[in-house]
Amino acid sequence: MKLTDLTAVELGRKIKKGEATAVEAVEAVLAEIKEKEESLHAYITIEAEKAVEKAKAVQKRIEKGELLHPLAGVPMAVKDNLCTEGIRTTCGSRMLEGFVPGYSAEAVRRLEAAGAVMLGKTNMDEFAMGSTTETSAFGATKNPRNTEYVPGGSSGGSCAAVAAKECFFALGSDTGGSIRQPSAYCGVTGFKPTYGTVSRYGLIAYGSSLEQIGPIGKDVRDCSVILETISGYDEKDSTSIKREDTDFSTVLTKDAKGLRIGIPRNYFSEGLDDEVGEAVLDGARFLKEQGAVLEEFDLGLTEYAIPAYYVIASAEASSNLGRFDGVKYGYRAMEYEGLHNMYKKSRSQGFGKEVKRRILLGSFVLSAGYYEAYYLKALKTKALIKREFDRAFERYDMILSPVAPATAPRLGESLKEPLKMYLSDVYTVSVNLAGLPGLSLPWGQDKKGLPIGVQLIGNAFGEKKLLQAAYALEQGLSICTKSSAEMGLR
Amino acid sequence: MANRISAGEMEYAGILAKLSLTPEEQKEAGKDLEQMLNYIDKLNELNTEDIEPMFHVFPVCNVFRNDEARPYEGGRNKILENAPEKREGRFVVPKTVE
Repeated sequence: MKLTDLTAVELGRKIKKGEATAVEAVEAVLAEIKEKEESLHAYITIEAEKAVEKAKAVQKRIEKGELLHPLAGVPMAVKDNLCTEGIRTTCGSRMLEGFVPGYSAEAVRRLEAAGAVMLGKTNMDEFAMGSTTETSAFGATKNPRNTEYVPGGSSGGSCAAVAAKECFFALGSDTGGSIRQPSAYCGVTGFKPTYGTVSRYGLIAYGSSLEQIGPIGKDVRDCSVILETISGYDEKDSTSIKREDTDFSTVLTKDAKGLRIGIPRNYFSEGLDDEVGEAVLDGARFLKEQGAVLEEFDLGLTEYAIPAYYVIASAEASSNLGRFDGVKYGYRAMEYEGLHNMYKKSRSQGFGKEVKRRILLGSFVLSAGYYEAYYLKALKTKALIKREFDRAFERYDMILSPVAPATAPRLGESLKEPLKMYLSDVYTVSVNLAGLPGLSLPWGQDKKGLPIGVQLIGNAFGEKKLLQAAYALEQGLSICTKSSAEMGLR
Repeated sequence: MANRISAGEMEYAGILAKLSLTPEEQKEAGKDLEQMLNYIDKLNELNTEDIEPMFHVFPVCNVFRNDEARPYEGGRNKILENAPEKREGRFVVPKTVE
């Protein structure tokens, strides 16, 4: 068994026992990168030398007994929209091609303080706008399961890196499904926590009221430990929430007895691929066998989630991306006449097509005369969608659903029809609108050999129950038709 | 619904977005925008008369801290490191006031 076959927690334990070192772990991952990266392109920036140096320093502190965290010495990757001090952070855009942040995102800082060793920055859709990682200005990432297919997005690089063992775990961000959907496409586990649980300080903002940073790992235990490490109040993020119950790694029992799980009937109607639908229902059957109580129900307003999402996300993006003006950082056009022309040219040359499309839509829906009809209407829809979830969680502990309507599409298929690409977020965006936690877990694969994911959606602050159910469900992976072990994950 | 966005409106959106688009790009962006708005019009099926717009999902508001200066540890030069153009410890921009 290779070192890179271990989960993050297993590796951490081995390092603590002295059976492996942080340096060996980094070298093992670098060997995987050397072998696979050319065909996958999961990373935008790899800092091999810095990672080895950091691993040496961390190893010394582990040996001295100063670092006791379960992730001490474990190599990780970070999505390239999270600022990393002294390491280039591009957000997948020409706009930030040479940007080197002067500080690290809080989530990254917490992991590094725990002794995790960062290897590099992973590829993503430009400014996290996309569902395939194809809008990256640095070229597409390929799906490690089959390189003719996309890894999903926008955290496609992070998910591909975990699936290909080019790191032990990764951080992603999820504004409308950007952790959960690529996790499903790549066959890894991804978790978007309740809004406000993880500080967004140092995350380059896209849709601020929707997005959360979250873990992408090889299994549920890894995700619980990573999430526990990065969670917690941070005064540097004004939307950060004070909550005490972030000891997420303490709740992993295989027991699903008595958990009430709702299955939204309308999620299984038109547009869902048969194989994906069957896999999700197979997961449901397994949880039932473990003692969970399953029931079908109607979750209302699902068809309004995507239009509401694109109005809100684009509006926030148009405002958030106003900061890229070619003055303090980022790209500046070579030739211009006067200040405003400099702004316009820098932005037009620095941003890619999808980003410009969303900034224009956002500017339009916020403009005088349209603000009420579009932006306020979307925010009212959001309130109604939240109400539908509140109603569901009166009866259920969580909701079980598909992550995406189908498995990964082929490279190059999605960008031709943006609206079709947007529709692939149908099962994930409402979770962001309502601020809820959602977890994507691999469950089998389709006839093409591409992974299928199931999604568990919890009530706000319901992470622990969600992890408990996910952990129970994960036990079924070994008996489910095509296990992740067969797919070469572990 | 065709041509619901006039060239003038498209130009206005471009001004708000601070983007300069070629006529060709503008035409294409207008088409995309129209397609999106037609789709977004679906929201009009919903009656939202007495519904408060929800800006944030949790009632966290008025998050203030004391107005105290906290010097950035990296110092002035580190902030300027990413500037496209700088001089004498400052950002350089084209003339803003005639």
